[in-house]
Order: sequence, then structure tokens, then C-alpha cells
Amino acid sequence: MTIMLETQALSKQFLLHLQGGISIPVLDHVDMQVSAGECVALAGPSGAGKTTLLRSLYGNYRAGSGAIRVRHRGEMVDIVTASPRLVVEVRDETLGYVSQFLRVVPRVPAVEIVAEAARGMSAEEATRRAAAMLTRLHIPTRLHGLPPATFSGGEQQRINLARGFMGSHPILLLDEPTASLDNANRDIVVAMILEAKQSGIAVVGIFHDTDVRDAVADRLIHVLPLQDAA
Amino acid sequence: MTDETLLSARGLNLRFGKIAALVNVDADLWPGEVLAIVGESGSGKTTLLNVLSGRIAPQSGVVWYRAPDGRLVDVHAMPAPALRALHRSDWGFVHQNPRDNLRMAVTAGGNVGERLMAQGRRNYGSIREEAIAWLGQVEIDASRVDDLPRTFSGGMLQRLQIARTLVTNPRLVFMDEPTGGLDVSVQARLLDLIRSLVRRLNIAAVLVTHDLAVARLLAHRIMVMQAGCVVEAGLTDQVLDDPQHPYTQLLVSSVLTA
Repeated sequence: MTIMLETQALSKQFLLHLQGGISIPVLDHVDMQVSAGECVALAGPSGAGKTTLLRSLYGNYRAGSGAIRVRHRGEMVDIVTASPRLVVEVRDETLGYVSQFLRVVPRVPAVEIVAEAARGMSAEEATRRAAAMLTRLHIPTRLHGLPPATFSGGEQQRINLARGFMGSHPILLLDEPTASLDNANRDIVVAMILEAKQSGIAVVGIFHDTDVRDAVADRLIHVLPLQDAA
Repeated sequence: MTDETLLSARGLNLRFGKIAALVNVDADLWPGEVLAIVGESGSGKTTLLNVLSGRIAPQSGVVWYRAPDGRLVDVHAMPAPALRALHRSDWGFVHQNPRDNLRMAVTAGGNVGERLMAQGRRNYGSIREEAIAWLGQVEIDASRVDDLPRTFSGGMLQRLQIARTLVTNPRLVFMDEPTGGLDVSVQARLLDLIRSLVRRLNIAAVLVTHDLAVARLLAHRIMVMQAGCVVEAGLTDQVLDDPQHPYTQLLVSSVLTA
């Protein structure tokens, strides 16, 4: 299978200048590979660095050393050394990320937040598909035109998911996509992840819900806590 | 992705007496990109904006702008009329205080239309139509076209300034604290407006703000300034979520979250 994402000796530590310059190592020489159509789950205890790893893959955290290569326009691009502009392009076209929390944009209606993540289609088509995806995720039509600032946590998470899946990026990073969802919605998200895999999308996710994890993941990658250094 | 920058600055230095306002500052901006300059008051961010836009000359260093015909022009070596022409057409400048840009004794429609007339447009009917269309874009009702700006609220004045700035379809807009001094609800509306206009019209922008949330919402890249130096620069979300420099860590950790 085509390798879509790989890391090589990826290490990350946080240097906290305001706390007397203490250094907290989180990732140490992580090697992983994810192929097209495959779902890999990051497993490990809370605080082990799963989210740090996922955020580093997206370029949201800056890797300390090592490489993160993603297949972008047919070539492997190293997120660690790529220019910020290239990372923006990679995120536009190749690398999708669904965080745990929706960062709401004031005044923008839910359906537009989802529709603007669409690529390669007209605005009308994007709005139509965004509305269909929201409906599938049980967001009632009367809420589509409202900005999601006042929505419940579960509703906001579903808006966030719809936005993440809307981009149909070849690589999708999911941080706890089902954390605040009820069973019915959880099953829909599982179905959406399986469909994404079917269409060849490579998925890397953190799933605390073991039922969800067993349903979608092909493999586990264990992230273990490192000894804190002084 | 084009490699040609729209605006590039190298080695900018400027001192006001003993105060170093810019120390060896480099900056690049590509077409369609929004760059935020953040830092506390007195860090040199507004000075940098003024030097990048040719309003203040640096003591050393150069600012290059790529004209629509592809030529690189040295912004600080241009004759004054050419620079003024650039500011009237290809560039826009949004001031923190809209009164610095608007003509308070001229109607709202006149304020927008004046920029078109400065470009040589003379058909008053079409100028008025375009002015009304732009008032609509910035959510000012067409019925206010003949009202004087002094009857407008602070948020409306700022939106009017944006209409006046964008009516000439600039490729590059400089913004100095565009949401400063406005109520948060008005700020949200303005931010959403700037965000959608910049995206839709594919405008490049250099945005000075002390508000990190504004930078996060609008900018692709960010530069953090302290005492005239750029201490950190990069992807906006990376710099704000994983700041490396002690000053950026202080800045990010000092933000109150509501």
C-alpha cells in the first residue's frame, strides 16, 4: 500500500522558559508509518503524549528533531522542515485535522463553517453537502443557519467532525472524535471513518472509547510516558 | 504556489533617538496571504507597518514590492507621486482610527467614491452604484449613502473605512489594529467581515494587532516583535500553541480567556 504518512526518530520536548527553563520531554524517537486506507490508533495512558504526537503530525506543535513526511501532490514533504507557506498548502489539500474542540468563528453559521472546508466544488454544492452531512450527524435543520457558539458540546463536536470530513483530505487526524457523543451519533462517526478508509484515506486517531477503536482501527501504536527530566 | 513574494523587506533598521524601533527586521509576504505582526505597545509593530507601506523611511534596509507588471520596485526609492499612486490603487491602508482616513465632512457614499475618482473614474452614476454596492458588502444600509460619517457609530465608521479601502480592489492591504477600541460584539462582526472579504477577494494583508485571538482568526503567519526585534515567526497556530521564545511564551500565557 502507498505510505501516506511516516515519522522518523520524531522527538519533542517542551522547554518552559517561564518555569525556570524546565524541559519536559514528551516524544522520543517515534517511528510510525500509515498507509492509504488504513486507520492507526494512538494508544496509551492519559498524559503520555498522544495529543502531542497528533498535533506534531499536523505541524501545530513544532517537532524538536526527526522527520514527519506526508505524501503531498505525490511527493513526500517533511512537515518539520517545510516553510510555513508549504504547511498551509499541505493542510489545505492533504492533511485534515479534527481537534477535540470547535474553535468558533463569531457570527458564521454552522452550515457555512462546514461548507467552507470543502474543496473543488461550487459554493452551492458545498452548502448542499454540508447540510446533508450535518443532517446525517443529527444536527436539526433549524440549527444549520445559527453560529455554533451557543450549541452544546456534543453539537459543536459534530460540527467540527463534519468540517473535518468535508475536506476529504487524503490524510485525516482525529483527536477523540467521539468523546462527547451519544451512541447513535457515535455509530455514525464510526461509519464515516470506515467510509473514509474505504475511499483510501489514511486515518490517525486517538479513541478513548475502546468499542470505537476496535471498530475502526487496523493497528495500535503505543505512546508511553517518558521519565520527566529535570 | 508561487515563489515570488508580493512584498519583501530585508535588514530594516530604525531608531528614534535612543529607542530602537526596528532592529534588522526581515519580512516576506506572498499573494493572498495574511501576515500578523503582534507584540506589546512600543514593540515596533506599527513602525514596521509604516516602513513596509512606505510611510516612514528606514535608516537602513530595503522594502521591495512586486508591481502588477511583475517588476520589483524599491518602495523607499520611488518618487513620491508614484508611491501616492500605489496607495490610491494597488494598496489600501486601514487605520485604527477611521477618522484618520475618512473625510468627515463628505457623505458615506462620497468617501467610498472618492477613491474611484482619484483613479480617474468620472461617471458619477456608476461610481455611486459601486459605492452603494460596497456599503452593502460592509453591511451598511444603502439608505445611509448620503449621510455624513459623523452620524455613524464607531463600528460603522470602521466598516466604512474598509469599504473605502477595498473599493479600488487593492492587492495588498495594511491594517493597523483594525478592531482596536471597538465593543466586542462590534469587533466580532468586523472580524468576520474582514475574514470573508480577504478570503473572497484573495487580498494579501499585513495586520498589526496586540490581540492574539484576532491574529489566530485572520492570519496564516505571524511575527512576534519585542523591542524592535522579531523574536519569533512562523505558522500562526504553531507560534501561539507551541511558542518557543521566552517572550512569546509570556505573551501567550498572559492572555485572559473569557
